[in-house]
Amino acid sequence: MTTYTAPDKNGRYGNFGGRFVPELLMPALLELETVYEKAKLDPAFQESLDYYLKQYIGRETPLYFAEHLTQKLSGAQIYLKREDLNHTGAHKINNTIGQALLTKRMGKQKVVAETGAGQHGVATATVCALLDLDCIVFMGEEDIRRQKLNVFRMELLGAEVRSVSQGSGTLKDAVNEALRYWVNNVEDTHYILGSVVGPHPFPQIVRDLQSVIGKETKQQIVEQTGSLPDAVIACVGGGSNAMGMFYPFIEDNEVKLYGVEAGGAGIETKQHAATLSSGSIGILHGTMTHLLQDDHGQIEEAFSISAGLDYPGVGPEHSHLHALKRVSYTSITDEEALEAFQILSRTEGIIPALESAHAVAYALKLATKMDPKEKIVICLSGRGDKDVEQVKNTLEGK
Amino acid sequence: MGKANMENYFKQKQSKGDNLFVPYIMAGDGGLEVLKERVLFLQDCGVAAIEIGIPFSDPVADGPTIQAAGKRALENGTTLSGVLKALQAFKDERKVPIILMTYVNPVYRYGLASFAQDCAIAGVDGVIVPDIPIEEEKFIADELQSESLAFIRLAALTSTKDRLIEIAERSEGFLYAVAVTGTTGAREAYGDEVKAYLEMLKSNSSVPVLAGFGVSTPEQAQTLSSYCDGVIVGSTIVEFFHRGDTEKIQQLIQDTTHPAIIG
Ligand SMILES: Cc1ncc(COP(=O)(O)O)c(C=O)c1O
Repeated sequence: MTTYTAPDKNGRYGNFGGRFVPELLMPALLELETVYEKAKLDPAFQESLDYYLKQYIGRETPLYFAEHLTQKLSGAQIYLKREDLNHTGAHKINNTIGQALLTKRMGKQKVVAETGAGQHGVATATVCALLDLDCIVFMGEEDIRRQKLNVFRMELLGAEVRSVSQGSGTLKDAVNEALRYWVNNVEDTHYILGSVVGPHPFPQIVRDLQSVIGKETKQQIVEQTGSLPDAVIACVGGGSNAMGMFYPFIEDNEVKLYGVEAGGAGIETKQHAATLSSGSIGILHGTMTHLLQDDHGQIEEAFSISAGLDYPGVGPEHSHLHALKRVSYTSITDEEALEAFQILSRTEGIIPALESAHAVAYALKLATKMDPKEKIVICLSGRGDKDVEQVKNTLEGK
Repeated sequence: MGKANMENYFKQKQSKGDNLFVPYIMAGDGGLEVLKERVLFLQDCGVAAIEIGIPFSDPVADGPTIQAAGKRALENGTTLSGVLKALQAFKDERKVPIILMTYVNPVYRYGLASFAQDCAIAGVDGVIVPDIPIEEEKFIADELQSESLAFIRLAALTSTKDRLIEIAERSEGFLYAVAVTGTTGAREAYGDEVKAYLEMLKSNSSVPVLAGFGVSTPEQAQTLSSYCDGVIVGSTIVEFFHRGDTEKIQQLIQDTTHPAIIG
């Protein structure tokens, strides 16, 4: 690939992306874009971001050689980028800390966010506690049921959690309500969107903030092994951990990139969240991208065992990279993810988030087809503590 | 038909000294069977145009009332193509201009060019797409243009002066001035800034300026109409139809259109 410059000034990634929002939100998006462009060039902003990344979040995160898993598979060598070791247990906080600092720069005192698994909600509530911002988090009813502890965690951190009963009561519906709340309170509130989705400039800001993952990985793998990896794997819900991991590797054509979507009960059923593998192009939440939708353009519900992947859209940049064939997108079923969840726990003593277990499951397949001299990096986007109860119930057949 | 028809119809109304009243109804709420009856009823009430909402699964610009109506409509199996066919079937019984209000995704899925053509065939005069700001309007504007349909732009209280002027100058049919900083749905009161905002739009627009979002009482409708050319009333009309309160609809339209009569 030649130099990669997306997005263009209109927030387009090839044909994807853009700003399909009510006029009421346009001034806020334009302001955010201006403030962000200025902040990027301001050493003071970068300095305070670096400070919190290191001293508060605990970066850099390790790149761990999963020796036992590698032995077990006797295929390619497997490395884990340990985003699960970040403060709050997932990559989500890389984004929220940056956006909270931008909120301050805009002189806004209030923050709204959506959450699926609760990870983004917790990461938002955390930085709001840290930086003394008011925080409201919208969360689907069904997700509240699946992730009770994260609700309490957010409340403990001082956030107000609002339950969303519309639609399927999952992530898409929480985004709708957060957007409506923002439409009604845009003058004093910033919306901390949790993935590389939504209208420009969100996909770009979130990607840039998450790309610390890929930058560190690139440096660490070269330090540890002397060369770049052969394959990099990340799970894709909205696609923020994947974009953050992939972005610094995009121009390194020798590195194969794999995005793993949630296959739910199987992509031949309607019960999945594999947008790129089986969706079609449309416009949702302000951006043109791949969606799960019916023939009349109504958005369909997504299904996955993991709340964080349960979204019927995907970041527009993933649609672009899919069109360019720079990233291969595949899917992993609930069952395969559950199995990988247990395998990683047993072999390495690392309990992955169910989301991340999708990436692990694909690596298990890929590694055995590769040469032992080759290297795979898995983005281990989060830890599985939040999922332990759900996995227990599922395995016990409840 | 189309843009010219709408603009003429408004001129006729205004030449009689009427305020323009544009009701919004949700297509398929109560079943697609009642669409004709409701449209003809509103036409007889003397409205200036009728906005027909196409239900969408994810209506982010709408408050609870229209969300609920859209949900009912989708549960009734309402689709964009179904609505266009229903409108075509009684095209000759209408004089009142028809405007479709639809989020962009159902239109994109339908196909932009076929959508514009089928709108023209169905006797639709204009289109409002709440999730297309001026930055994205090339996406659809040319297709609508080639069928002479009015592409109705929305202005917002949060827009900067430069943007408002640009939106006003581009406006066709009428200019939709969103009068609250928020989603659709009844409001108690309007901010003081609304008067200056509407007057400013009025002085920059060559087509009528109508205020919408939040209007629920005749008093609000009259006050807003005194700053511009009239109002768009959505949630309140949707709720009255849902409850079968057609008398209240008639009253609200009369009180707004000819305020002098009630004094
Ligand atoms: C641990 C973890 N990984 C992945 C995701 C999916 O989000 P994204 O695709 O934006 O990385 C989530 C979302 O909640 C998550 O909690």
